[in-house]
Amino acid sequence: MKSKLISKADFVAMIPDGASIMVSGFMNVGTAEEIIDEMLKTDVRDLTIICNDAGFPGVGVGKLIDAGKVKKLIASHIGLNPVAGQKMTEQSMEVELIPQGTLVEQIRAGGAGLGGFLTPTGIGTIVEQGKPVMEVDGKKYIVEKSLKADFAFILGHIVDKKGNVIYSKTIRNFNPLMATAADHVVVLARNLVEIGDINPDMIVTPHIFIDYIIEGGKQ
Amino acid sequence: MNPKELIARRVAKELKDGDVVNLGIGLPTMVANYVDPSLDITFQSENGMLGLGPAPEKDHEDFDLTNAGGSPVTMSIGGVFFDSATSFGIIRGGHVDVTVLGSLQVDEEGNIANWIIPGKMVPGMGGAMDLLVGAKKVIVAMQHTSKDKPKILKKCTLPFTAVKEVDMIVTELGVMEITSEGILLTELAPGVSIEDIQNVTEAKLIISDHLKVM
Repeated sequence: MKSKLISKADFVAMIPDGASIMVSGFMNVGTAEEIIDEMLKTDVRDLTIICNDAGFPGVGVGKLIDAGKVKKLIASHIGLNPVAGQKMTEQSMEVELIPQGTLVEQIRAGGAGLGGFLTPTGIGTIVEQGKPVMEVDGKKYIVEKSLKADFAFILGHIVDKKGNVIYSKTIRNFNPLMATAADHVVVLARNLVEIGDINPDMIVTPHIFIDYIIEGGKQ
Repeated sequence: MNPKELIARRVAKELKDGDVVNLGIGLPTMVANYVDPSLDITFQSENGMLGLGPAPEKDHEDFDLTNAGGSPVTMSIGGVFFDSATSFGIIRGGHVDVTVLGSLQVDEEGNIANWIIPGKMVPGMGGAMDLLVGAKKVIVAMQHTSKDKPKILKKCTLPFTAVKEVDMIVTELGVMEITSEGILLTELAPGVSIEDIQNVTEAKLIISDHLKVM
């Protein structure tokens, strides 16, 4: 079996300019921040970041935004990161705001091989603009497309060397979905264990979704 | 009693035994402090848990256990964690009985605007659009005015967060229900007159035949 273990430096060296990256986390809870820190050491730029929120200035994806590495941010809110708001206003960073339930379902659909789905969320609002609307049994739904990315950064609490992942409490959030929807998925493993050490009934993300494992992210 | 506490205490009385409830960040979060402890209420947090408990004591924070604002919380016994897709399945799927949110504007059709002030403030909608369309009952808990300007309008002037989804508005001046005829004033805060509340409300209030003190 080929080892999935990789160093942070070797992993981030694979990320080209213009890459799209799903970064899990909810106000930075569940974000594989050490991988972001490693990216700050490189010249990579023009990234599209898909993340629930913009975090805070100087924290999580906020670091990539501060460093001017993000060309486009796809998120559900940016309210606690004034830097992101400023860059959006002065148009130095494109921001696409998507309802949180729609964003996560787009990612789920992307990983599950679906072209999209119908949701009642956003009907009659700006979100509906430019999108097809379908009526099913008398109720209106927006047709939302699925979403995929080149890379996904996952934070795992217990990870075995095959790549099976267990999360911890609310760090789970977008992690299991993003793990399914990107071409190159890396998990930052807080606790790396031997294959067979995790009860298969407890595994949340099956190993086939994980391409690379980086040890780190200790609390 | 300060206005926020008055609002939170009144909203808490709307919660029924067995309800699944999502509280927004800020004033709505305070509602949990005033719920009748004899009731079995399950609080949902959209970042992925059922069984949200009170804030932890100082120095007992667990930074893996947070609410939708990223602040440390606790979990009540029997609680459960899940991913964001499951969380929004719960929300959109009609499995949340009551959601309590703050707002910038609400109008007499039950439209709500609370996610953007074009050119000025772009916080984003977060989970609000999903909660508004998915929850069985939507309660807006907010201060009645903003810098003395009415927030309860004939028609929202800011971009909608959802259309015709609000059921009830609770402010420090009174309690209102959205009906097909307009906004029905059902309760007045102590010491507040009908004239007082109408003067700071752009929409014309319909006065309930059973108007009570809040």
